[in-house]
Amino acid sequence: MSEEASGVVKKFLYINRKAPYGTVYALESLEVVLIAAAFDQDVSLAFFDDGVYQIAKGMDTKAIGQKNFSPTYKALGDYDINKIYVSKESLDARGLSKDDLMDLKYEDEDDDWAEKDSIHIVNSEELADLMDSQDVILSF
Amino acid sequence: MQLHVVNKSPFEKSTFESCLLHVKKGSSILFIEDGIFAALNKGKFSEKVKNALENYKIYALEPDVNARGMKNKVMDGIKLIDYSGFVDLAAEHDAVQSWL
Repeated sequence: MSEEASGVVKKFLYINRKAPYGTVYALESLEVVLIAAAFDQDVSLAFFDDGVYQIAKGMDTKAIGQKNFSPTYKALGDYDINKIYVSKESLDARGLSKDDLMDLKYEDEDDDWAEKDSIHIVNSEELADLMDSQDVILSF
Repeated sequence: MQLHVVNKSPFEKSTFESCLLHVKKGSSILFIEDGIFAALNKGKFSEKVKNALENYKIYALEPDVNARGMKNKVMDGIKLIDYSGFVDLAAEHDAVQSWL
């Protein structure tokens, strides 16, 4: 890769629309996000439709014999992935609120490492604008 | 009497609603896997499920509920069962219809 090409930062959006455990989409998305984190790109995550269930709190997978991968979302802030957008309409339709989601935080290095919320609750119009502003969209 | 098993999220597939259209009074409905999202006490499907409870016995597989962090959100009247309870239900009914 030329020096010029290696310095290009693109806007990547990962769209998550499936519930966890019933299908493998949620875990696959998370793995790709973690790999992508190594490439210093401008990464955003969006959770809507059944995807909002991926970041619900209180998961206990012991009895289904699958790994509970939800704690990994809490590590995303340490990888500079701190723009997480969650659909208000999708939460409402499922009787969920922000309190039902995991507390995902990051430390802002530009603000004396203050701890801040990674999660932003947005409406469908804001999600449409978010999608419209990306260079790359990866859908799961 | 049959056991109707729903394993897909009602938000993503129409299988739960199709099940409701085709289930006879006195039969049982069991939510497993992503189907458990129909069993919650709030949200778009709660009214339908509440009405269904008057005519059918409704169960949800507890390991799938807990895995998804929905432990305290299951509607009153829906019975939580474990894997051996699943086997018992399958054995007690004449046949099992899986709404794949």
